[in-house]
Amino acid sequence: MSTSPTTGRMHVTLEIWRQKSASEPGRFVPYELDDVSPDMSFLEMLDVLNERLVAKGEEPIAFDHDCREGICGSCSLVIDGSPHGPERETTTCQLHMRRYRDGARITIEPFRARAFPVVKDLVVDRGAFDRVIAAGGFVSVNTGSAPAANAVLVPKDAADRAMDAAACIGCGACVAACPNGAAMLFVSAKVSHLALLPQGGPERDRRVLSMVETMDAEGFGHCTNHFECGAACPKGISVENIARLNREFLRAALKTPVVSRSSGSDD
Amino acid sequence: MTANTKLDPKVPSGPLADRWTRHKFELKLVNPANRRKFHVLVVGSGLAGASAAASLSEMGYRVTCLCIQDSPRRAHSIAAQGGINAAKNYPNDGDSVFRLFYDTIKGGDFRARESNVHRLAEISTAIIDQCVAQGVPFAREYGGLLANRSFGGAQVSRTFYARGQTGQQLLLGAYSALMRQVGLKKLTMLPRREMLEVVLVDGVARGVIARNLVTGEYERHAADAVLLCTGGYGNVFYLSTNAKACNVTATWRAHRRGAYFANPCFTQIHPTCIPVSGSHQSKLTLMSESLRNDGRVWVPKQTGDARAPGSIPEDERDYYLERKYPSFGNLVPRDVASRSAKEQCDQGRGVGPSKMAVYLDFRDAITRDGEDVIRAKYGNLFQMYERITGENPYQVPMRMYPAVHYTMGGLWVDYNLESTIPGLFVLGEANFSDHGANRLGASALMQGLADGYFVIPATIASHIAGRKLAPIKSDHPAFAEAENDARSRIQRILGMKGTRSADSIHRELGLTMWNQCGMARNAAGLKSALQTIRNLRSEFWENLRVPGEPNELNPTLEHAGRVADFLEFAELLATDALTREESCGGHFREEHQTPDGEAQRDDANYCHASAWEYQGEGRPAVLHKEPLAFEVVKPSTRSYK
Repeated sequence: MSTSPTTGRMHVTLEIWRQKSASEPGRFVPYELDDVSPDMSFLEMLDVLNERLVAKGEEPIAFDHDCREGICGSCSLVIDGSPHGPERETTTCQLHMRRYRDGARITIEPFRARAFPVVKDLVVDRGAFDRVIAAGGFVSVNTGSAPAANAVLVPKDAADRAMDAAACIGCGACVAACPNGAAMLFVSAKVSHLALLPQGGPERDRRVLSMVETMDAEGFGHCTNHFECGAACPKGISVENIARLNREFLRAALKTPVVSRSSGSDD
Repeated sequence: MTANTKLDPKVPSGPLADRWTRHKFELKLVNPANRRKFHVLVVGSGLAGASAAASLSEMGYRVTCLCIQDSPRRAHSIAAQGGINAAKNYPNDGDSVFRLFYDTIKGGDFRARESNVHRLAEISTAIIDQCVAQGVPFAREYGGLLANRSFGGAQVSRTFYARGQTGQQLLLGAYSALMRQVGLKKLTMLPRREMLEVVLVDGVARGVIARNLVTGEYERHAADAVLLCTGGYGNVFYLSTNAKACNVTATWRAHRRGAYFANPCFTQIHPTCIPVSGSHQSKLTLMSESLRNDGRVWVPKQTGDARAPGSIPEDERDYYLERKYPSFGNLVPRDVASRSAKEQCDQGRGVGPSKMAVYLDFRDAITRDGEDVIRAKYGNLFQMYERITGENPYQVPMRMYPAVHYTMGGLWVDYNLESTIPGLFVLGEANFSDHGANRLGASALMQGLADGYFVIPATIASHIAGRKLAPIKSDHPAFAEAENDARSRIQRILGMKGTRSADSIHRELGLTMWNQCGMARNAAGLKSALQTIRNLRSEFWENLRVPGEPNELNPTLEHAGRVADFLEFAELLATDALTREESCGGHFREEHQTPDGEAQRDDANYCHASAWEYQGEGRPAVLHKEPLAFEVVKPSTRSYK
């Protein structure tokens, strides 16, 4: 990190993708921003830019964000070609400007994938993820019908590995990083989380079949083992989950005749 | 102005422990085959909203759920770190439903309803069962059983947790139940929608007006019952640990239509948050209360001590919580810990560049247990701290300062969670019901899920089966009228073309609220805050500038609408704080303290919930008092010494 020696404040040049709506073409627009503090988060830097745009009567840059502590999965942005920017296992909202030099030139784009259409500027529609979860990313247990919590033992190791997978924040960086726009890391994290726990057992087969079918239908690409997803994941979700997803899928597919695979199954 | 209208909390009589069971029996039922005839609208998809929407849909009601985020999985419940309380007594350390009830009543400084709190404690155990069955990966012992840890304000270990991401895992559990119903085509989920008005027909809530945040279209949603699960109002302080989109709009808009707002001055300041680093600060980040299990809070004994923490010898450190409160030590409740931190900083012993921070030090825990054990417990929190501050907390103590975190106040509800508008129910942080003047750690998740999974599925029948509801369609004139109100407000916001941004006005409001209506309040400060709020409101409506169009995604416009509501709500908050001439829980009036600086309650005059009735713009709200009767726990001076 280096900052302006006299003030400790930085000047940055931003190249930001502006796009009015899904149906209109977008383009990069350059912005000069000075007086940036190294203690600012990346999104606070964009806040400052937006405040200046409002002061000039220009339309601010739209970007998704909410918790600003790396857990809600709202923030996205491809920064200098990397989803969530240069820092490992760090969401955009947790990236701080002390990571950059004074005079840096930073390119900011939306997550790009066939299944994530642009809504406006840097905002994309990630609704496909919700539809994949609706297809099977759950345990079918109605409220009130649960057995006593300690009635089912779960080995600590299984619980820990399930938690590793369940830590996914559903941001979509894995899809944005993948040259095929595949959602394998996202889907495998949910399949793994539930396959590793006894509670997920009864629906193990139909869950994986249904989620994979919906994943394909939503326009996500196929996995060709680039593993860019794992490198981009802000929560460090392991690509081993993809191997587990493949095993789970094969196991279920071999056991289940094609005719009885219904995704719209009842409870 | 005070009115004497009797608020009916509909609390059942009889022995405390039997009330919920008997009440459920006495409630009317809706036949399973008839439930599909009723449409329930749920606003918000956090723990309360998602659990309510999923549960009601499972029961057979037609449910529509709206949320402002792009996905229901992103509601702010997701950010809760530490855990969820339940009276399971797995550690065999003397816990019980009664003890959880007792701790919560005492922790709330005797300003909550006994019946509600007992129900919450009773339900707590079923919540854990439900979440485990959903596949929530709670922490476990080697034998495969669930693990527990301690939280503030309790001397038993009753907190269940999933690393430092308990809120995330519980929310994803509720979200998965919600999405299951979506997949079964029994529930309609509408993300990126903001509720702007509640629609009343003959005095009963029959739907809402929402704005589609992508297209700017206004939508009319007619329903047989409306559930507001829209969270708290902490962002009235601008800087808080709340997510940026958290707002008071849904509850405030309902208040303007007749729902009483209760105890708005009961706000919780969380003691351990990362201190403000500059004027660009957009939000504050909490560090879980669970850290106080192993971290020790201290400041230098000498004022203005500028040495690095490692160079300050042991006998020159003041572990002030351990000194002042030997039996609870670092795990005193949040209000007590926050006020103590402020006191130390006000006396000149604060640390760090701003001198507005205290140390939370893990040195002794790391020496005792080893770095690996500490990493396993709190690794993600330590990592988050380092990212934000650039300092490694394994080597230097964390710097912490209190920040606004949770709001105990909210829309007034009766025992059925119904507001003063019939058919309008309020769940989770959005209501005022269970935490009194201070919430204990790990109890917000418990309450949100209790309300959604177990309370509303039973009590909604009081409205649906208990009243004759005529069929309703969204072409009713009441919808047109409410839509018009919402539209003209947005047009007014866009039409001003002034010079100030909504964000700059919001920041100014927040600073006033924090300085005059934050951790310590006094009459002079509150009166000056009221004047500042009114001036800011005029400034907003005369000099605002919001670029962009109404018929597209326009985050600046969304924010401006929320700031407009905060500017009205802030006045009620300050008025409530001014009216409550006592100190209790998170509400600390400097005029009312004991000789050693602790909160001094006035049970003779203030043992009530203050429920405010809206009277129109610029007219003072009318105060209604719900007296609180303590039949089981005798109010005493809260002591953690």
